[in-house]
Amino acid sequence: MKELVGVINLDDELDQLSELTYFRCGAAVPFAGRYRLIDFVLSNMTGAGIVDIALFVRRKYRSLMDHLGEGKSWDLDRNHGGLFILPPDWNDPTDVSLGDLQHVHNNLDFFNRSSGNSMVHSGSRHISKVDLRKVYEQHIRTGADITLVYKPVSEMRPEYESCVRLDVNERGFVTNIHNEQHHPNIYMEIFVMDKYKYLELVKDCIARGKSHFFHDAIQGGLDHLKIGAYAYTGYHAVINSVESYYASSMELLNREKYEDLFRDNPIRTKIKYEVPTKYLENSNVTGSLVANGCTIEGAIENSILFRSVQVGKGARISNSIIMQKCVIEEDAVLENVIMDKDVRLSRGVTLKGNSIKPFVIAKSSHI
Amino acid sequence: MKKEVVAMLLAGGQGKRLKGLTKTLAKPAVYFGGTYRIIDFPLSNCTHSGIDTVGVLTQYEPLVLHSYIGVGSDWDLDRRGGGVLVLPPHERENGSSWYQGTADAIFRNINFIEQFDPEHVLVLSGDHIYKMDYNKMLRYHKEKDADCTISVINVTRDEATRFGILNTFDDYRIYEFEEKPAEPKSTLASMGIYLFKWHVLKRYLNEDEKQGSSSNDFGKDIIPLMLKSRKQLYAYPFDGYWKDVGTIQSLWESNMDLLCEEPKLNLNDPSWRIYTRSPNQPAEFIAPEAKLRNSMVNEGCIVHGEVNHSILFYGVEVGEGSVITDSVIHPKVKIGRNVRIHKAIVNENVMIRDGAVIGSADSSDIVLVNGEY
Repeated sequence: MKELVGVINLDDELDQLSELTYFRCGAAVPFAGRYRLIDFVLSNMTGAGIVDIALFVRRKYRSLMDHLGEGKSWDLDRNHGGLFILPPDWNDPTDVSLGDLQHVHNNLDFFNRSSGNSMVHSGSRHISKVDLRKVYEQHIRTGADITLVYKPVSEMRPEYESCVRLDVNERGFVTNIHNEQHHPNIYMEIFVMDKYKYLELVKDCIARGKSHFFHDAIQGGLDHLKIGAYAYTGYHAVINSVESYYASSMELLNREKYEDLFRDNPIRTKIKYEVPTKYLENSNVTGSLVANGCTIEGAIENSILFRSVQVGKGARISNSIIMQKCVIEEDAVLENVIMDKDVRLSRGVTLKGNSIKPFVIAKSSHI
Repeated sequence: MKKEVVAMLLAGGQGKRLKGLTKTLAKPAVYFGGTYRIIDFPLSNCTHSGIDTVGVLTQYEPLVLHSYIGVGSDWDLDRRGGGVLVLPPHERENGSSWYQGTADAIFRNINFIEQFDPEHVLVLSGDHIYKMDYNKMLRYHKEKDADCTISVINVTRDEATRFGILNTFDDYRIYEFEEKPAEPKSTLASMGIYLFKWHVLKRYLNEDEKQGSSSNDFGKDIIPLMLKSRKQLYAYPFDGYWKDVGTIQSLWESNMDLLCEEPKLNLNDPSWRIYTRSPNQPAEFIAPEAKLRNSMVNEGCIVHGEVNHSILFYGVEVGEGSVITDSVIHPKVKIGRNVRIHKAIVNENVMIRDGAVIGSADSSDIVLVNGEY
């Protein structure tokens, strides 16, 4: 869809996942056995036919860049357009911009050169399968200045605490933006608007010394902007804490949730060439998600195994998330554990966390 | 651009004995090992051996193969000045016809090879499962100053009667080639991998084409012709895993070979990955009531039943109460509830109804399931 350009802005996203975000930004955190959080928003964009995508990053983006490369796995390695990873290398001596406005001010070339006239702006913490073409169609049909995407939820979860809520009137327009805890309309940090209107609002914010586009231009513009609301009803998860990461991961062990996330429109990720997973004679795997390249001899229940994990004979893993290339030696026991990449757990060692607060083990440790 | 070696991969064969599996695709495109197609093996071997120029000769049902290979990026063969190029038969000034034999296929692509002005041409077949460093063979070929080096594998005397056998002197110089000898003099079987000095091969290809009676085949015509004129032909002994998966039985066996604890063919070697086109599927879903033993399961599978000593390709669904034993299930097969499958190969996209019973534990035959059951 050439009318839309994509902006993924990670500036707002704090490193909220303790050990998992010590050395990487939230968008680069591995999820669901073989993906990273960025894959979901990126796949939604490419799935909608968007071919110009800018990624605003500020810190800890090394592993993100390694994952994305030139965007080949998402068909974003294009002669014209494609994926632009834009870290803060800014050298304009007259620059007075602040906050996330800095990214826009210093990357005007991206906006001016990309082909579409409208843009979709998103973060990476809200995982969804939102059809951005439909959001765009509604945006054009209603003639809104901006269209915000929200999820009306039926039950409150702890991770919604920091989420912005929207009051939506019967005509589908936003009447108020707030953080009232019991309000069910969770703003998904995705909006669509005219690219030039966006640049104009950014310029105006900078001129007035503002520093946050959403708060200053959108929330602050409630009285003079026509703000539409798009209600999304499909799969949705918010990853903004270790607890929400753990709970949302474990939910995928339910087949209905698994299919909600994976059934239509494949989610693309960096291609690896692993062999299918091998379940050996003494293995006993139940109620789990397992990626390729694993060799399993132990017992695994209610857990997620990323690519190339080795589980030795007699080892027992339950309610845990084991990331890429971990080695669990014989007779080790894991319960309620999130194990980051490349961890080796020695023979016979036992590690247990709590079912709400799992035990997180940092990358590349040897225990 | 000059290249030391150009590889020519023969991928036009039908593989008739694979029956329904090759109804709409050529043998090199047949599935293997839970995620691969046979052609992934020679292509990956080329990449790891540093051979970056590969012509793939196609003829029988080439659609799947052509779209699968694409520009070769999955094998790192999307290169400037080389890379992989698919070479189907084409119309020429003096008429059009199909490739008549393996040698004829190379003969008609002399122009392709000449672009790279190579010292040597490696002729491969897209029918075999093996991992091999062609570079080692090249070093041997150059040390022997051979006109042609043929890779061989030691087989039993019994098996020797089913292969093309090379009779050699002690230094592996070949003096005779015998196709399926009743009384084999040696147990060195040709693996269908030939490394030629290009200027020598070109001369013999031209000579062979002039003989109207020739079947234009490397084994039957070119090699005997070179032996007759006392060219330097050497056998290169290879001792790794190598299997011709020409029949349903051997394809099944070769798959089953992967399921032992320490398979002779190690697919999990990070320094010699077999590349393949990734189907991009989510991690496999293993339900609470599932049972998996001695099996290989690929991503995108949803397993509720029991899988024993079997291989599931991507996107296979196994319903509750179903038991799969000693079988190979190709991509996107949907297996209903309470199904029993024994010793079978189930072709891709097939739907198996609830309660179906396929094959039996006592039978030695392998069942091929090609349509709804």
